Amino acid sequence: MPTEIGREVAQQLVAAGAQLVEVLPEEEFDEQHLPGAIHIPLRKIDPSVRASLAPERPVVVYCWDSA
Amino acid sequence: MSARAAWRLESLGFGQVYDYAAGKSDWMAAGLPTEGTAVGRSTAATVARREVPTCHLEESLRDVRERVRAAGWDACVVVNEKRIVMGLLRADQLVREGDVTAGSAMRPGPSTFRPHVAIEELAKVMATRDLPNVPVTTSAGELIGLLVREDVEKAVHARQGGPS
Repeated sequence: MPTEIGREVAQQLVAAGAQLVEVLPEEEFDEQHLPGAIHIPLRKIDPSVRASLAPERPVVVYCWDSA
Repeated sequence: MSARAAWRLESLGFGQVYDYAAGKSDWMAAGLPTEGTAVGRSTAATVARREVPTCHLEESLRDVRERVRAAGWDACVVVNEKRIVMGLLRADQLVREGDVTAGSAMRPGPSTFRPHVAIEELAKVMATRDLPNVPVTTSAGELIGLLVREDVEKAVHARQGGPS
């Protein structure tokens, strides 16, 4: 079950080597994203995602907000 | 959207998936750095005044009015103990006479903006709806600051290269 986290934990996880992923559309990622984030839009999350992300390492995903 | 992404990743065999649910809005509202083509662009988060008067529902409107005016404001955001926006007291509500509370005089459920909204959009909405000020909140409704229309229009003007 994915774990919902806040900003401080997200920062700690990324500092410890977690993979940071923005799932918004390309235009919104290009305009502004968190430092070091990679872009994998929601619709592109399929088995091929293993080419971009290591399954054995933590992953932090985000979009705009939870609304 | 991030919740669905997190679940999808887990279904694909990722064992340590975390959902930063408050996301980019929360990050920007905290004033943390970002990357991308729009870095440095003025948004609701950058233009909003952070030191805005607030009060609670049960406070006397008379007391609130005195405090707000002494601080040089003509608006006050009504919040709860978690700083969630409950309502807004604009100039019209602040002058209400009688022994009433802020909660009974306020405009309940005021329009709010998210921190990432660009100033051009803010200016358009505030002009169209003739809004003198609008709270900026997180997705959870927590107050970040108050946008003053004059500030927004100045920021748009400056971005367009006009004299300040």
